[in-house]
Amino acid sequence: MSRFLVTPQVAAKIRQERIAHSVLALILVSILIPLLAIVAYLFWRAAPALSLDFLLSSPTLGMREGGVWPAFVGTLYLVTISLAVAAPLGILAAVYLTEYARENWFNKAINLAVLNLAGVPSIVHALFGLGAFVYGARIGFSVLSASLTLAIMTMPVIIASTRQALLSVPHSYREASWNLGASRWQTIRRIVLPNSISGILTGIILQVSRAAGETAPIMFTGAVFYKAIKPGTLFPYALDEQCMALSMHLYTLSTQTPGVDESIPNATAVLLLLLVFSVNSVAIAIRMLLRSRVR
Amino acid sequence: MQRRWHKLSEALIESVIRVCGFSAVIFVLGIFFFVCREAAPLWSEPSFHWTEFLFSIEWQPTSLHQKRYGVLAMIAGTLGITLLSMLIAVPLGVGAAIYISEFCSPRLREILKVLVELLAAIPSVVWGFAGLTIISRLIVRYTNADVGVNLLNGAILLALMSIPVIVSLSEDAFKAVPDSYREAALAMGATRWQTVWAVLLPAARNGLIGAVLLGFGRSIGETMAVLMATGHAINIPHSILDPVRTLTANIAAELGEAPAQSTHYQVLFLIGVLLFLITFSINLAAGYFIRKERHQ
Amino acid sequence: MNPKRSPFVVCVLLLALLPGCFRNRKNKTETVRVRGSDTMLILAQAWAEAYASAHPTINVEVSGGGSGQGIAALVNGAIDIANSSRNIHPEESASALHNSGKPPQEFVVGHDALAVFVHPGNPIDSITVSELSEIFRAGGGTTTWSQLGIRIPTGRDKIIRVNRQSSSGTYEFFREHVLQTQDFQLGSLDMNGSKEVVELIASTPGAIGYSGMGFATSQVKMLQISMAKGKPAIAPSVANVISRSYPISRSLLIYTLGEPNAAVRNYLDWIRSPDGQEIVAATGYVPLGCEGKIAKSLCNGAGTN
Repeated sequence: MSRFLVTPQVAAKIRQERIAHSVLALILVSILIPLLAIVAYLFWRAAPALSLDFLLSSPTLGMREGGVWPAFVGTLYLVTISLAVAAPLGILAAVYLTEYARENWFNKAINLAVLNLAGVPSIVHALFGLGAFVYGARIGFSVLSASLTLAIMTMPVIIASTRQALLSVPHSYREASWNLGASRWQTIRRIVLPNSISGILTGIILQVSRAAGETAPIMFTGAVFYKAIKPGTLFPYALDEQCMALSMHLYTLSTQTPGVDESIPNATAVLLLLLVFSVNSVAIAIRMLLRSRVR
Repeated sequence: MQRRWHKLSEALIESVIRVCGFSAVIFVLGIFFFVCREAAPLWSEPSFHWTEFLFSIEWQPTSLHQKRYGVLAMIAGTLGITLLSMLIAVPLGVGAAIYISEFCSPRLREILKVLVELLAAIPSVVWGFAGLTIISRLIVRYTNADVGVNLLNGAILLALMSIPVIVSLSEDAFKAVPDSYREAALAMGATRWQTVWAVLLPAARNGLIGAVLLGFGRSIGETMAVLMATGHAINIPHSILDPVRTLTANIAAELGEAPAQSTHYQVLFLIGVLLFLITFSINLAAGYFIRKERHQ
Repeated sequence: MNPKRSPFVVCVLLLALLPGCFRNRKNKTETVRVRGSDTMLILAQAWAEAYASAHPTINVEVSGGGSGQGIAALVNGAIDIANSSRNIHPEESASALHNSGKPPQEFVVGHDALAVFVHPGNPIDSITVSELSEIFRAGGGTTTWSQLGIRIPTGRDKIIRVNRQSSSGTYEFFREHVLQTQDFQLGSLDMNGSKEVVELIASTPGAIGYSGMGFATSQVKMLQISMAKGKPAIAPSVANVISRSYPISRSLLIYTLGEPNAAVRNYLDWIRSPDGQEIVAATGYVPLGCEGKIAKSLCNGAGTN
C-alpha cells in the first residue's frame, strides 16, 4: 500500500472500510453472544440434574424429581410415526409435481400453495388437528392424532425441499437417460433420485428436529401432562393412547408444576436442545459428505 | 411380453405416484378449507358483529352477561411485538449476512453458517422458557418495568428466533449476485464495503426483501414463545414494557375449553383464518421478491 | 446410498417399530383419560402415580388445561374423567346429554380454599371481598394501592392484577363468588397455571392474584379475607376450610359421562377412599373425611381452632 500515493480520498476510503469491517463484525458478535450466553446459561442451570439417570427414569414425587424417560420416548414415537407418514407421501408428491405434472397454471398454483403452506403458524396446525383428527375423524386424543398433525405440519416443507433437490439434478441427465430408452419411472428411480438423495435426506432430517420441538400441535391432540410407565420400557405407548413429550413436558414444568427445582426444567430444555442439535448435525454432516462425494 | 409388462408396471407406478401426490397436496390445502369451514357459521350468526370483531378491545367470550369477541387488542399486541422484533432483527441479520458473505474467510464462513443453522433449529418452547426465566429477570433488573413478561420480552425472543432465518436467506441473496458485479467494482478501485453499499445491496435488494418478509412471517406466526413470555394481558400497549396478548397465544390459551361448534370455538377458528391469510400473503409476497431476484 | 438397498433398510426399520403398535392388545391394559382443572393437576398426577404402583394394568393419563377444557372434552366424549374446581354449567350438562345421551355425574373428591396472594414486601394483611371485587371487576374503581391506603416499599403504586385464563375453574369460581358474576376488568396478566400466578407475584412488588391455597410458597404472602368491613378476617388454611369459616372455599369435583365403566369406577372409589384422601391431605388440600394419618391430624387441628 505504501508504494502508492495515499491521497486523502484513498485514506478516507481505507478508513471507511476498516470501520465498516469492525461494525459488521461487532454486529455478528452481538448476535452470537446473547444466543450462546442463553444456551450456556441453560446448560449451567441444568448441570445439577443432568445425568444418564435423568434420561432413563420416570418423573416422581409430583414431577418434582426423577427423570424424563416417558417424555423422551414419547417424542421419539411422535417424530417417527409422523415422519413415516410425511416422508413417503411428501417425496412422492414432490416427484409427481416435478417429474410428471405438466407446466400449466393449475400445477403452478399448487406449487405456490404448497410452498406457502410451509409458513403457516403452528397454532393453525393445532386447530386443524383438533378439528379434523381428534373430533372430526373421531380418532380422539391419541398418539395417532398428534402424529398425523405433525405429519401435516412437516409435509409442505418436505415437498418443497424434495422438489428443490429434484430440480437441482441437471435436465441433461434425464434427457440422456430417455435417449437411451429408459422410461420415466426408470429414469427417476435410477438417475434422478440417487443424484438428489442428499438434498432429500437433509430436508427430511431437518423436519425431524422441527417435529421434535413443536408443542402447540401436540398439546391439543395427544400429548399429556403425566402418564405412568414402567421405567425403562422401550414401547410404552399404543397408537390410540396419549403420550408425554419433551416439548410439552418443558412447557408444563415451567408453567404448571409448583415446587420443582429449577434444574429440572432447565435439564429438560437442554435435553431437547441436544436432541435437536444432534439431529441437525447429522443432516449437515450427510449433506457435506454427499456433496464432497459427488465432487 | 416383456415390453407389455414394463408398460403396465410403469403405468401402475405412475398412477400410484399420482394418487400419493394428489392426496398429499389435498391434505395440505385442506388445512385452509377446513379452518375456513369451521369458522363459516359465523357468517350467518346474528349475535356476531364483524365491526366489533375487528375494532373492539373487549374480548369476553365466557362472560355470563354479554359475550363479546373483539380482537383489536390482540392485533395491536401481535403488530407491536412483530414490528419491534423486526426493528431489532433486520439490521442485525442483514449486517451479519453481509459479514458472512463478503468479509470473512471461507473457513470461518463454513463454521458460521453451521452455527446459524443450528441456532435456527432451537424449538420455540425453549425460547419461551428462556424468556420466562432469563430475560424477564433481566428486564426487571435493568428497566423500569413493572413485570418482566411484556412486549419487550416477546420482541427480543422473536428477534432472536428470526435472525437466523434472515441471516441465511440474506446470505443466499448475496450469493446469488454474480461475481462479475464484484469484479467490476474491484476493477474500479472500490473497497469491499463500497462494493457492498453501492453495488451488492441494490443488486440483492429483492432477495433481501424476501428474506425480511419471511422473518416477519415467522414472527407473526410464533405461538409458544409469546404464550409464555408476554404476560398475556388484553390491552393496547402504551409502552414496550406493557404486557400484551397476541392472536396466536389467544388461540392456544382458549382452544381447549371452547365447546366444539360453539360461537367461541368458531371465533377462535376465525382468528386462525385471519392468521392464515396474513402469513400466506406475506409468504406470497416474499416468494414474489425472491423469484424476481432469481430471474434478474 | 445404494438405491437397491434403501427400501430394504426402510422395511427393517418399520418392522422394528411394529411391536410398539400392538403392545396394548397383548397386555390388556385399560386407559383412563383424565383432563381438566389446573388446580387439581398435581393432585391428579399424585393419584395417578400412586394408583399405578398398585394397579399396573390400568393406565391413567393426566392432562391439565383448566376446568373448562376438561368439561369441554367430556362434553365431546373424548375423555373419561373431567377434573373441575367449579360446578358444571347447565348448558354444558345439556350439551353432554345431547352429544352422548348420558347426563354428567358429579363426584366430590376434596375441598380447597381460594387464596389471595401478594408480594411479601406488601404491607397489606387482610382485604374484604368487596375490595377485591373493586380491584378485579370491569368498572371497579380501584387501580392503585394508595386508594386502599397501602404504600408499597418500592414506590410503585399501580395494582398489577394477576389473573387466570378463562378456561380456569378458579377464574370462574372467583368471578361467581367475588365479582358476583360480573366480568373481569381487561388488562390483567392472564396466566395459564396457578404456579405462574404465584411465581409472577413473588417477583412483582405491586401484584395481587389468586389461586388454590395448595400453590402457596414461602415467596408470597396470603391475605386474610373478611366478608365485609368490620367482620373478622380469616386466613386460608385447611383448618378454616374444614370449619367452614373461610369465606371463599370450594369443592374439588370430578365429572363422568353417565355411570362410569368398571375401570373408572374403581379409580373413583380409590380416590374417595382413605388412601386417595391421604394424598389429598398430603398435597395441601382438604380431604373429604378424617381417616388416614395426615387427614386425622388436619381435622384435629381444625377442631381446636
